Amino acid sequence: MLSFIYRRLLYMIPTVFLVSIVTFAIIQLPPGDYLDTLAAELNDSGGLDEGTMQALRDQYGLGQPMYVQYIKWMKGILLEGNFGVSFEKNLPVNDLIWDRLGWTFGISLMTLAFIWMTALPIGIYSAVRKYSVGDYVATFFGFIGLAIPNFLLALVMMYVAFKYFGQSVGGLVSPEYLDQPWTLEKYGNLMSRIWMPIVVVGTSGAAALIRIMRANLLDELYRPYVVTARAKGMSEFSLLMRYPVRVALNPFISTIGWILPTLVSGEIIVAVVMNLPTTGPLLLRALLVQDMYLAGSLIFIVSILTVLGTLLSDVLLAWIDPRIRYQ
Amino acid sequence: MTTLSSNTSLTDPSDTPNVMSPSALMWRKFKRHKLAYLSLWLVGFIYLMALIGPFLAPGDAAETNRRAIFQPPQGLHFMVDTADGGREFLLHAKKMKMQIDRSTMRRTYVADTDNVIPLGFFVRGADYEVAGLFTSDVHFFGPVNPKDKVYFFGADRLGRDMMSRIIIGTKVSMSIGLVGVAVSLVVGVALGGISGFYGGWIDNLIQRLIEFLRSIPTIPLWMGLAAAIPLGWPPLRTYFVVTLIVSMIGWTSLAREVRGKFLAMRHEDFIIAARLDGLTDWEVIRKHMVPNFSSHIIASLTLAVPLMILAETSLSFLGIGLQPPIISWGTLLKEAQNIRSIVEAPWLLIAPGSMIVAAVLTLNFLGDGLRDAADPNAH
Repeated sequence: MLSFIYRRLLYMIPTVFLVSIVTFAIIQLPPGDYLDTLAAELNDSGGLDEGTMQALRDQYGLGQPMYVQYIKWMKGILLEGNFGVSFEKNLPVNDLIWDRLGWTFGISLMTLAFIWMTALPIGIYSAVRKYSVGDYVATFFGFIGLAIPNFLLALVMMYVAFKYFGQSVGGLVSPEYLDQPWTLEKYGNLMSRIWMPIVVVGTSGAAALIRIMRANLLDELYRPYVVTARAKGMSEFSLLMRYPVRVALNPFISTIGWILPTLVSGEIIVAVVMNLPTTGPLLLRALLVQDMYLAGSLIFIVSILTVLGTLLSDVLLAWIDPRIRYQ
Repeated sequence: MTTLSSNTSLTDPSDTPNVMSPSALMWRKFKRHKLAYLSLWLVGFIYLMALIGPFLAPGDAAETNRRAIFQPPQGLHFMVDTADGGREFLLHAKKMKMQIDRSTMRRTYVADTDNVIPLGFFVRGADYEVAGLFTSDVHFFGPVNPKDKVYFFGADRLGRDMMSRIIIGTKVSMSIGLVGVAVSLVVGVALGGISGFYGGWIDNLIQRLIEFLRSIPTIPLWMGLAAAIPLGWPPLRTYFVVTLIVSMIGWTSLAREVRGKFLAMRHEDFIIAARLDGLTDWEVIRKHMVPNFSSHIIASLTLAVPLMILAETSLSFLGIGLQPPIISWGTLLKEAQNIRSIVEAPWLLIAPGSMIVAAVLTLNFLGDGLRDAADPNAH
């Protein structure tokens, strides 16, 4: 088991390196830099004079060759945990992102829990009661869930909530709680609203998992060992839970690996629509104004955390299924 | 070693009646899957819409109209009252009049029951080009008088006809799926084939690359790449770059599947036999391996198209994919980005949204049906 974890950790090093390179390349792609954007924006009001521009350029190391900038950036991150400065907000990136990253991953993990809680029972039901009305309903909603893009579902739910329930939409808490300290009422208010992004982000994942669970279980249900267990007089429910569901669960866990990146992706786009205080809106804004350290750090950290999550799910899977450990 | 000449056949084809070819068997199996068969027709219709969009659109997609800003959808009516008090069949829509409430500055539209717009088939309207060869002004369905305007799906904030825009947008949205899948196919089959056929370190390298691409969340990556597209680029170039970005992830699952098939087939008897017959690697792949999994690949490709469509839509919706004046379902949805415009004009969300859902759903059904038909072990 330990050697498996070592091996996986070793694999992670080139991945992290690649992520950092790709991120850096992405933020370097647009022609010009933030100072050009700034100069263009300030052009009407006289603009920046050459001297100020040059001073700013030196301060941020913008005029230097690319690899120098990359090394400078990585050095700051690795040695001091310093992700650089957000040009637009004139604040250290560290001050801006951690709250929002916390929300993004908090919501993603809650969504994962939601997906499990819905997909597992519905998937089992669909397989055991194959071709029943409930199975058809689940299949139908499964297809719809896969076909509606996240942001569209978010818009529809916001519209319904606004039109028919008179709920103000957007944000994680009602406007009146925005700058309040965290009281019990504020938590209550948060809980009454946070289910919406969770359901929106989780629908497509839940739909996919229901289908996987149903197919897996159907493969197991008619195996001879099930018949044997039934023949020896086991009750139908404990039989189901003890053998076929446990076997069918394996691929279910391995899907966390690909579902986590989709959840984080989905959370980011839904956050833009619903105006949640998570990474989504911040990243979009940073990309649009070429606030490169902010955008780059966000993409970098989100990717690294996702890779870590995938690693955790792999370890979990290896712990449950010995066959994977000794591959 | 003997070589079989092509005219040496063991049985005369005329002696073997009632043996269906694999493709005929597949087709029969596919047709039994009713939902998939229906979806095939619907997908065909949607692509037809992409091809002859300007002909099907009742109006000009780019034309603005100050008197139809946020006009709600107009209904289709069949009967009109005649002067002598009877009723007569006439396909028409009711004209809508804009009224502005001065105190709240809100626009409302009232149907003007006396003023009808006669509608007809094959009517003359806005000019459009056919395949860049000649111009035509015949529209399949629309107002008989070219000066009249109808808005079956409502109008947007500039008074442009949503129905025409959705029909015109079909071309970009649906073709991005196809072009993206074509790119994924080439890259996926090439890399997956190399990976599975040769194995060893190159297999390891490609697998690590795929794992890397799959482990990073797509949306932030796409956002970063798409945001790098300069706003001043010509639409066509933006279109191709967005397609490339979208297909960057799509090839990985295909490559994995192809690799799996290659690995499984590498040691099959018929492949070894073909090698012993002196065929080169390339001939073995082309003549014996590809036909074995091509149907499977077609099914996977069909299932990849809706993913690409959704990706394009998401990016354009965020405002970093395709930009106006390109019309795609994503850029149309961008108009419905905030809750205020949705409450004022829900059709801006509903009309393009249902088109996306319909396209993705039918493509999914079609892909599922194809996969079942291609899999001899499916039950």
